[in-house]
Amino acid sequence: MIRYERLAQVFVELADTLVTDFDAVDFLHNLTDSSVEVMSVQGAGLMLADQRGALHVAASTGEVDLLELYEVEHQEGPCIECFTSGQPVVNIDPVLSLQRWPGFTGLALAAGFGSVHALPLRLRDEVIGAINLYCTEARTLEPVEVSIAQALADIATIGLLQERIIRDKTMLTEQLQGALNTRILIEQARGIVAERTGLPMAMTFQAIRDHARKHGQTLPRTATAVIDGTVDMTGWGTA
Amino acid sequence: MAGSRAEQILGELMAEATADQQVNLPTLLCQACVRALPLDGAGLWVMTEPGMQSLVAVTDGTAKVLEDLQFTMGEGPCIDAFTSGRPVAQPELATTAPTRWPGFGPAAVEAGAAAIFAFPLQLGTIRFGVLDLYRSQPGTLSGAETLEALAFTDAATILLLYLQQQAPDGELHPNLEAGWTGRPEVHQASGMVSVQAEVSLPQALLLLRGRAFALNLPITQVARDVVDRRLRFDSADQEFVVTATS
Repeated sequence: MIRYERLAQVFVELADTLVTDFDAVDFLHNLTDSSVEVMSVQGAGLMLADQRGALHVAASTGEVDLLELYEVEHQEGPCIECFTSGQPVVNIDPVLSLQRWPGFTGLALAAGFGSVHALPLRLRDEVIGAINLYCTEARTLEPVEVSIAQALADIATIGLLQERIIRDKTMLTEQLQGALNTRILIEQARGIVAERTGLPMAMTFQAIRDHARKHGQTLPRTATAVIDGTVDMTGWGTA
Repeated sequence: MAGSRAEQILGELMAEATADQQVNLPTLLCQACVRALPLDGAGLWVMTEPGMQSLVAVTDGTAKVLEDLQFTMGEGPCIDAFTSGRPVAQPELATTAPTRWPGFGPAAVEAGAAAIFAFPLQLGTIRFGVLDLYRSQPGTLSGAETLEALAFTDAATILLLYLQQQAPDGELHPNLEAGWTGRPEVHQASGMVSVQAEVSLPQALLLLRGRAFALNLPITQVARDVVDRRLRFDSADQEFVVTATS
């Protein structure tokens, strides 16, 4: 059932999106589409956990949107169970499925799906989400098919963790540049204060800080206001 | 980005740093780079835009003079590498520098630089610094040497971000402040001159640069004269009249 001839190509395509300008939304949509194609299933949905561990639907092929939302809202279904346990939830007997997830299974059957499988997005101990595969027939996945589905889930995990690392570093560069800008801004403001008030340079920092405290403003904000000329410095020179 | 060579470089730096608590990591990195490559000096900048920059570390001697020159002139390999996001290589400075950098070029050659290389510190499309490398002999870097220089650039990138991570939000890490010494007066003077000459802050910095260039002085010295109120830039009839008051 697996389309092996597409498999290698899909892995290369996904790996490629990891190195070019990475867009998480695009990447996850490509991944769900590729999963449907490679696994010869009829629908796929991917859920991710936020910082508090609550799951959100991140990408899905159109037909299964409502089923995914149902799972999240009712906290019921294979994806939820897979995320909680960190283990694949596959090849569940239809009768068992109805007992375990009555609402979800009913909806899935009504939508024309005979079986649903879920694989965790996991790196070592960290589970960041899960992917659902929807089949119109009551299909049993062979062990090799489960491995391949898990490999696709692993790619999603690597891509997302990579993006998180890059985003964290990006934030750091912004902080670094921000801190540098602040330093320069304050020095420039000191020069303006020195020139406007006649204060010795050594006393200008204190003058700006006093003004910031008095008005409950941060130092950078006051420095910016000094530069913009919106601070009244009357009396500063004699203070 | 964190190639194994870059990690190895950082590992060695950390080992060196634990032996001596007083050391400054960016300075160690510049020194290690000069030891590992056929170079005579290195300087490391953090930048947000040309002019909004801070020299984090520099090796002794000619490199110090060259970094001062770049900051004074507002041109040079560091600014080019930052603006373009690409490495800059000028292996025959004596022939190419005067046309590429009319101000910095001849002065750099006179200061003893024969070849200059600059590598931007970047993360994706974000650039936040430059590693400058100097040599008193002309000549290109070989392929292997360029790779090594890039490894040091990666190591510098990681190091600066690592240090920033340790700092409270909104502040610079003490290790990143080191090179700041001697620079605040330039920005203070910019502030004063912007009031005196009724110009914007970037224009005020340009006035300081022009003055330093004309007098063949480091910009820090001109700035010091402004801050100590020995020098004013007053505007009159659209012309900037510079008056030395002492």
